[in-house]
Amino acid sequence: MKNKGLMIGCGIGAVLVVIIIGFVLWGVSIYNSLITLEEGVNQSWAQVESQYQRRADLVPNLVNTVKGVAEFERETFTAVTEARARVNQINFTPEMLENQNAFQQFQSAQGELSSALSRLLVTVENYPQLKANENFLQLQAQLEGTENRIAVERMKFNQAVQGYNTRIRRFPANFIAGITGFNQKQYFQAAEGADEVPRVEF
Amino acid sequence: MNHKLCKIYIKLNLRGKRCLVSGLYPRRLLVSLVITLLFLSISSAQEQFPKLNRYATDLTNTISSNQLDYLNRDLKTFDDTTSNQLVFLMLASLNNYPIEMFAYEVATKNNIGTKENNNGVLLLVAKNDRKIRIEVGYGLEGALPDALASSIIRNEIAPHFRRDDYYSGIQAGLNAIKLATMGEYKRDKILDDDEGTGFPIIYFIMFIAISILSSMRGGRGGGLAGLILLGGMTGGKGRSSSGGFGGGSFGGFSGGGGSFGGGGASGGW
Repeated sequence: MKNKGLMIGCGIGAVLVVIIIGFVLWGVSIYNSLITLEEGVNQSWAQVESQYQRRADLVPNLVNTVKGVAEFERETFTAVTEARARVNQINFTPEMLENQNAFQQFQSAQGELSSALSRLLVTVENYPQLKANENFLQLQAQLEGTENRIAVERMKFNQAVQGYNTRIRRFPANFIAGITGFNQKQYFQAAEGADEVPRVEF
Repeated sequence: MNHKLCKIYIKLNLRGKRCLVSGLYPRRLLVSLVITLLFLSISSAQEQFPKLNRYATDLTNTISSNQLDYLNRDLKTFDDTTSNQLVFLMLASLNNYPIEMFAYEVATKNNIGTKENNNGVLLLVAKNDRKIRIEVGYGLEGALPDALASSIIRNEIAPHFRRDDYYSGIQAGLNAIKLATMGEYKRDKILDDDEGTGFPIIYFIMFIAISILSSMRGGRGGGLAGLILLGGMTGGKGRSSSGGFGGGSFGGFSGGGGSFGGGGASGGW
């Protein structure tokens, strides 16, 4: 009798252990898939950031080239240079993707640089000699290319964040995400007027 | 009960006739109509981005089919030798769609370039909009940077287009792109390998068969004849497989899964 009770106890214990192991394995597999998704978000963020950096690096060259020809447009130059300085001041880490304020700050600083640059390119329209300057045309092509890359990488980033956010909010992964501390990440908002790609017709 | 339901359905759908047989019938019709409309809208949205099955496509019939065939073969050879997939598309109008987004979507949807190297390039011309774009895959952004792409549009393509000489402009543009991207990657021999392993076995079997047959006839010379035959066959095979790979698909284009990051340049004429 005693033996039989022990055996039943052992059986229940074994079943419980199996169930617990099952739960742990299930949790681990969900956790790993969340890690993969988060890495995807971080990677596409790195792409976005490097394109923004590339744009900031282009600015001094562009300003110098334009300055030589269009020296009366002081205000426009200062606006671009200041916007670039503000952009470079921001030290953005991947953890800040979860912080709405930091993210909006980053976005608005980049937006200011975008609008300052597009004003500069509109001003340039008044200087036909610049549009015949091969050096300027190359810089303009680089800037336009970079703006376009920024647009593409932002789109890819938003897609990655969408996949990640959906996964951590849906049952049952939200359970694991809550325990292990996965938080929602910020999206890029749709382009405001100031954030449009500067378009210059040839 | 049935009548009551019927009245409701008459109120809802104004189709009393069907009511006794199946009250739900009109609603089902409505649902299927909505689904059909939905699909129509989706497929018409997809129609905006052409599916390319040749290397050179002209939807405006500006370029003669002979010239288009020539371009197609030329680009196919370029793909076979360098593994860079350079694709040309000319269409009438973008319908106010930004050419940068359009080119990105066409290039991505058609998987231009190989998956390993992302070495695809799309030359897109919107004839009535007078716009040109060179869309460059991730892997060729170093060999064909934006400034070079822009200079190719301005200095190679646009001057011909201004004289309405579209073919020369396209040829000049494609040649400049080829020149810039030529040394970047090499076509691996992997594609020939699965053919290569299959054939020698067949030759070997033939060789044995011929040897047996000739030895049955008597005389040692037969074996030697088989050996010569074998040598001749494999030699011939080696030549035909390297050149014949392209012929099998009749110059058709199929994307290799390359991805794009918005690199390249746009322009007009």
